[in-house]
Amino acid sequence: MNEVTVVGLLVDVVAFGLMLYLAALGELIAEKAGVLNLGVEGMMAVGGVAAFWSGTEFGSPVIGLIIAGIAGGLLSLIHALVAVVLGGDQVVSGLALTIFGLGLAAFAGKDYVSLPAVPQFGALPLGPLRELRIIGPVVFNQSWLAWFAVVLGLGTWFVLERTSIGLGLRAVGESAATADTAGRSVVRTRVIAVGVGGILAGFAGAYLTLNLAKGWSEGVTAGRGWIAVALVIFGAWRPGRTAVGALLFGGLLALEPRLQTFGVNISPILVSMLPYVLTIGVLIIFSIQSRRRPSVAPAAIGRAYRREER
Amino acid sequence: MSITTGAAPGEVGGDGVHLENIWKRFPGVIANAGAELHVRPGSVHAVLGENGAGKTTLMNVLAGVYRPDEGTVRLNGIEQNFNSPADALAAGVAMVHQEFRLIPTFTVAENVALGSSPVLVRKREIEQQVSELADRFGLQTTANREVWNLSMGERQRVEILKALWRDARVLILDEPTAVLTPDEADELGRIVATMAEDGRSIIFISHKLGEVTRFCDTATVLRGGATVASSMAVEHLDAANLAELMVGENTEVSQRRARVHPADLDTPVLTVADMRVLDSHGITSVDGVSLSIGTGEVVGVAGVAGNGQRPLADAIAGLVDSEEGSVVVAATDVSAVGPKDRIAAGLSYVPEDRLGVGLAPKLSVTENSMMRSYASVGRGPLIDRAAADAQCTELVDRYRVKVGGLHHAIAGLSGGNLQRLLVGRELATDPAVIIAAQPTRGLDVQGVRAIQDVLIDQAESGVGILLISEDLDELLALSDRIVVMVEGRIVAEFPGEEATRALVGQAMTGGA
Repeated sequence: MNEVTVVGLLVDVVAFGLMLYLAALGELIAEKAGVLNLGVEGMMAVGGVAAFWSGTEFGSPVIGLIIAGIAGGLLSLIHALVAVVLGGDQVVSGLALTIFGLGLAAFAGKDYVSLPAVPQFGALPLGPLRELRIIGPVVFNQSWLAWFAVVLGLGTWFVLERTSIGLGLRAVGESAATADTAGRSVVRTRVIAVGVGGILAGFAGAYLTLNLAKGWSEGVTAGRGWIAVALVIFGAWRPGRTAVGALLFGGLLALEPRLQTFGVNISPILVSMLPYVLTIGVLIIFSIQSRRRPSVAPAAIGRAYRREER
Repeated sequence: MSITTGAAPGEVGGDGVHLENIWKRFPGVIANAGAELHVRPGSVHAVLGENGAGKTTLMNVLAGVYRPDEGTVRLNGIEQNFNSPADALAAGVAMVHQEFRLIPTFTVAENVALGSSPVLVRKREIEQQVSELADRFGLQTTANREVWNLSMGERQRVEILKALWRDARVLILDEPTAVLTPDEADELGRIVATMAEDGRSIIFISHKLGEVTRFCDTATVLRGGATVASSMAVEHLDAANLAELMVGENTEVSQRRARVHPADLDTPVLTVADMRVLDSHGITSVDGVSLSIGTGEVVGVAGVAGNGQRPLADAIAGLVDSEEGSVVVAATDVSAVGPKDRIAAGLSYVPEDRLGVGLAPKLSVTENSMMRSYASVGRGPLIDRAAADAQCTELVDRYRVKVGGLHHAIAGLSGGNLQRLLVGRELATDPAVIIAAQPTRGLDVQGVRAIQDVLIDQAESGVGILLISEDLDELLALSDRIVVMVEGRIVAEFPGEEATRALVGQAMTGGA
């Protein structure tokens, strides 16, 4: 294993990790507000095809990103309508969103399959830093979307923990009735949280098709939306821990196709199972902890809120 | 101070709370029928009344939860029209509900700041401000602790802090001492006095005479949704006149149901000795209760709701564990065994929460009817549907349950039919003793009569009955003996023929 191979691996670890991080941050925001959205996979696929189409059409990755965000956000509003406004079952609605999103993306993208790559998100002009050995390519030469993901992570932490909006959002996710009596609008908070989650899933889709897969094909998301959902649990609904988990899970994604070239005789299928195995392990630890203290999961997650009436 | 107007310092700048001629109707119930309430600023005002007297409804009107059908709400002379609790809060009225609205994983400061906070939340700063506010009113708390660590008394102080943080001028406390230990209750009394000195109006809902005379200045008594005593000084309250005000001067003697076979007290079918039960917060809910029920005897349990009746029934049935004490059913000691073996020993329980504990709303009539007796309609592991239907038909006919069809979900049945089905099922096992908790609550007159007939029939045939009811007339009509529970203890016992509304009512309010 020479330096070139290791650097190539590390570049992908960071890139895949931050792509997962974008989607996971969106899911984290929605779940912190008490809405489980299992539609991440579908929103990523739709975001991916929207980015590929608009990126090709307008020749600009920025436009691709914006359109992907709009597409993901619009799709998530279906979930917001069914599960938040109308109070339907969050699991059923989210699963439906994934199935619908995957189908919609396959249909919309059938003319783009195996088309040549479109413009990618470029690196930031960091000059000599990009030339540094190992950390140059692994860190400073990453696309600006990767840096943007890091900024969004810090921003999410700041908003959740240090602002009144975040306090209200977390309250809505812990006890909607309490937040309501404190004068916080439950429905508005949740709809916005789900919408932001959809936009970020769309961004992740754009990252995937423009920079990582470098093209569109049906099934390009390959379960990565589900990994993002697992990642939120793995990261204990905290932006920081989720970032660590994202690099770990991103590492597994990057490792999977390389195993054979490294001469390691482990089935890649086993490796692709690992994120879920790790998540189950973390869930077991949480369950043991929660015998002593309240669960780390937002307490109102999955529960629709209706004001009590007599 | 130049001119003395006779006003307390707190009265400056307003004339407090005035609710006049408040009417509130719900389907089938008139909760408030022209109720009134007048509270001066700077005073602690008790609102007293039996369960169902309309206390909570009236407070919910003041707190903006309900809109009154008629009547006016005035604060400091200005007529108010609240559409939501948020409106009431903005006008300075806050209510601390019996079930706290707190987020366990938030700190004290975060819970308090949730009501109103600057755009940027600086934790240290908010914690500092919350601590200062708490100190000002003598509320002991630790602002940076997460609420799940706190005792019930501390959680209540956080609720009060939330109201003070929003600068509520009128604070409603709904049965605030129900969840507190006696020491915590005394502490609350001091806090309430401090808030009143600050010029705020405190409304203290209670049914405990002792704490009302200790903590409050004036009292309003409600009965049947109307105000029967308005703003009387608590010095004039004593156990006798309070009981009379709360339950009414009902001179009409309840018609006792005639019995052919008198109870046989020498052969008890249920003996409970020194039972002690803790609730989920570790507070004693049943405190050393001993009672015995003879063959064919009906023992009534009277008491204001929440004085340990339900945990007593659950513990006798084996649904919750008791800390101490023994239960003997028809000569079998069942203290150490679970509900199933207690049923086998001859115990039957008609629980208070019919659709929650007794019946499964989405299952059919037949399915619900055989829940106690799968074995009798089983062929090995399979259910003999025809036998189950036959058994159910017999039950439905015997107890006159009106059903659309045996295989329809029971959710559509009326309260009376549900209760007849449940009682019928419970009696099908030929019990030696029945615990009937609020068996006629929510039923219409005919439904009440039908259930009471069934209970008397059972007693006539030698079954012992523990009847827990909030309906005094029902207890007086059916019981051979009435015991009164206050704060988990049996405080009084009356033979059925000597019991009167006044006597039992007085014991219920702790007038000893």
